[in-house]
Amino acid sequence: MDLEYTAEELAFRDEVRAFLREQLPATIAAKIKHNRRLTKDEHVLWQKRLHQRGWAAVHWPTEHGGTGWGPIERHIFDEECAAHHAPPMLPFGVSMVAPVIIKFGTEQQKQQYLPDILASNVWWCQGYSEPGAGSDLAGVKTRAVRDGDHYVVNGQKTWTTLGQHADMIFCLVRTDPNAKKQEGISFLLIDMNTPGITVRPLITLDGEHEVNEVFFDDVRVPVANLVGEENKGWTCAKYLLTYERTGIAGVGQTKSLLSHLKTVASEQIVNGRPLIEEPLFRARLADAEAELMALEMTNLRTVSAAADGGVPGAESSFLKIMGTVLRQEITDLFRRAAGPYAMPFLSEGDDAVGPEFAGAVANRYFNYRKLSIYGGSNEIQRNIIAKAILGL
Amino acid sequence: MDFKLNDEQRMLEETVGRLVRDAYGFETREKNRNSALGFSTEMWQQLAELGLLGVPFSEELGGFNGGGQELMVVVEGFGRALLLEPYLATVVLSGTVIDRLGSDEQKAQLLGSIIGGEQRFALAAYEGQAFYDHTQVTTRAVANADGYLLNGSKAVVLHGDSADQLVVIARTSGDDGDAAGLTAFVVAADAAGVSRRGYPTVDGLRAAEISFDNVQLAAAARLGDEGAALPALEAAIERGIVALCAEACGAMEVACDQTLEYIKERQQFGVAIGRFQALQHRMVDMRMALEKARSMTILAACSLELPAAERQRRLAAAKLIIGKTGRLVSEEAIQLHGGMGMMDETAVSHYAKRLVMIDHQLGDQQYHLQRLSALLAVDDDVA
Ligand SMILES: Cc1cc2nc3c(=O)[nH]c(=O)nc-3n(C[C@H](O)[C@H](O)[C@H](O)COP(=O)(O)OP(=O)(O)OC[C@H]3O[C@@H](n4cnc5c(N)ncnc54)[C@H](O)[C@@H]3O)c2cc1C
Ligand SMILES: Cc1cc2nc3c(=O)[nH]c(=O)nc-3n(C[C@H](O)[C@H](O)[C@H](O)COP(=O)(O)OP(=O)(O)OC[C@H]3O[C@@H](n4cnc5c(N)ncnc54)[C@H](O)[C@@H]3O)c2cc1C
Repeated sequence: MDLEYTAEELAFRDEVRAFLREQLPATIAAKIKHNRRLTKDEHVLWQKRLHQRGWAAVHWPTEHGGTGWGPIERHIFDEECAAHHAPPMLPFGVSMVAPVIIKFGTEQQKQQYLPDILASNVWWCQGYSEPGAGSDLAGVKTRAVRDGDHYVVNGQKTWTTLGQHADMIFCLVRTDPNAKKQEGISFLLIDMNTPGITVRPLITLDGEHEVNEVFFDDVRVPVANLVGEENKGWTCAKYLLTYERTGIAGVGQTKSLLSHLKTVASEQIVNGRPLIEEPLFRARLADAEAELMALEMTNLRTVSAAADGGVPGAESSFLKIMGTVLRQEITDLFRRAAGPYAMPFLSEGDDAVGPEFAGAVANRYFNYRKLSIYGGSNEIQRNIIAKAILGL
Repeated sequence: MDFKLNDEQRMLEETVGRLVRDAYGFETREKNRNSALGFSTEMWQQLAELGLLGVPFSEELGGFNGGGQELMVVVEGFGRALLLEPYLATVVLSGTVIDRLGSDEQKAQLLGSIIGGEQRFALAAYEGQAFYDHTQVTTRAVANADGYLLNGSKAVVLHGDSADQLVVIARTSGDDGDAAGLTAFVVAADAAGVSRRGYPTVDGLRAAEISFDNVQLAAAARLGDEGAALPALEAAIERGIVALCAEACGAMEVACDQTLEYIKERQQFGVAIGRFQALQHRMVDMRMALEKARSMTILAACSLELPAAERQRRLAAAKLIIGKTGRLVSEEAIQLHGGMGMMDETAVSHYAKRLVMIDHQLGDQQYHLQRLSALLAVDDDVA
């Protein structure tokens, strides 16, 4: 075993660093660092720069324009991006729907969708959850009824992240209401501009518009937009979820958060000395650091073990739980580092009150409660581990 | 020992319970929160009419002569409804400083106006660099021919944006962190040289950054002796801690109830999610947290008149436990609600926010853990 980077890996890291220094706009990095929301244009701009460098799709096969990187390169890339406060990759196109299209789509679908995903010309969102189907995803009720060359879709999706910007949505729909739960579901790509679709904002507890409800009222979708076979959508859905969970550990982001927290704690003066010297706070920082080391090693072990560039199986559930718990803990420490200045609620554009970092800490703390809820809640991950790994 | 409320306390409890049930549903609260003032002046008048603004003050002044237990009973009811009105700022914090330090005349006038609901107050004590340490005061009041000249600034002053009067803690002598040298003044919020920047807080309340630029105060603006305000300030903070503990208990109780109701009703995988043992045990832990919080609140409420060392120990322990249990209940309430718990429209998310922010008022769990560590007593074994 050798836990140090090789010369090639170090050279690759320098290459990534150089790219980030040259291409990442300072205004965008500053927003990410201070937990401010990016505009759609800023997201797209960054995706396009990555695309120009050939780095838009880190885990796609090279034949479709992917990087062909192994787990260590992906890890380095992820870590450097986070350290430079690059925007997180929006997963819906590149990491979610694209792998499904690559694996199950027709040649026509690959040609039609993949280049625009790679180039960030089309913004995708994920239409899985419904009011009655969250953890129990197979409970989806949104109906798609065949009518000639079209499906007619009726129903409602919810908690659709950034759906307000989306051009396309990939949905789980019920095509056979009489079949057993998992067996009557299909995977459908729907143009958000089709008549009959209404997007309504949902406001989260931090006052942000991040998620939406999407209503379908007699929406006509060409049969050509079905991915895989009719009623076999559950296979696509599960395949997508395994991809959703790659990079789930969030090691890069956690490192960057912790390092920012340490800086902040060194600059905050409490009772005449830096907060970082306050023993109780320092002990929690040190504890988080040890947890981060454990997370990083577990992540590397897991992704390296995944067969030839594939995705980890149920082991990714360990990463999801460990990674989210740690990020949530760090956002708790950020809030504590702000002291009473965690209290002001300021919207974008308001002048800061108190130290600059303090403005968004409570909002992020509350917003990050989502990490243990979405993408399969931490309870669901534990159920998966119990069943798939422990055989309970 | 006797843990029962007496008749008067029960009556207070019923009064508050009825009031918030009838006039303070979640929708009303949201309407008031989104108003320009951030709360309802009508509600404030109702509190005055019911005598609730006089709970801690003497009967001669028109108050109820209540102590920690009466305060607990009242504010716990407010916590259940997530009351937005400036009770803590006006009655508990400012009122206590005035009550402890004011002359008979000042008390009659100022506390009279609080009890009657005519004027609202805010306590401007903590400063930006001070975190939770109330002795780190750099705001200065310098005596001059007409009284005092006040300069400095105060941070995150709860309800400081809408208060008519401010109770300002300023240094008249000594250095940062000195116990002596702090003096309290009553300053009209619209006095020349006072500037306020108000803002909402994460939990839907209001606060302000306040600065004083050569504010000329009359000598009569001073409360009590020069340099001797600290004990009164600490009494206010201690009462404030009892109030925050009680408010947290009320809020935790509702957060637990709403979560329990939700997991009994929410169906996934063909059953109510409350059937999953993974959630049952979590719900049990939430309830246990509530019981612990309630025990410590009662302890704190009954300790306000004890000698300093024991009183401080108990109050620090209480606020520490409230900080810990408040976080647990908030996070679990959101988690067990799943996506619904993240929504602004779901009441439980607002309970969670208030509970977490209570930890940022009058010292967080870490601050009080540190205090408690410093006070840790090693008792000799009883032979
Ligand atoms: C901010 C945010 C963004 C989201 N973005 C998207 C998106 O873009 N697209 C999309 O399709 N969905 C999205 N979701 C939805 C998300 O995937 C669901 O919230 C999640 O699957 C949980 O479902 P639920 O909210 O219905 O909770 P429920 O399934 O009702 O769960 C409630 C609680 O019960 C627990 N629970 C449920 N079943 C079990 C069990 N069998 N054993 C033990 N515990 C259990 C859960 O862990 C949770 O704690 C988003 C959610 C949030 C909060
Ligand atoms: C030091 C010691 C002294 C004892 N003294 C006495 C004595 O004087 N007289 C006497 O009669 N007995 C005595 N006992 C026995 C004791 O009461 C049992 O050990 C106890 O009831 C647990 O039963 P078990 O050991 O069979 O564990 P099990 O019942 O097999 O439990 C094993 C584990 O499963 C968990 N578990 C079981 N059921 C559930 C469930 N429904 N949900 C979730 N988790 C569950 C348990 O909590 C435990 O963690 C003693 C035990 C010990 C260790």
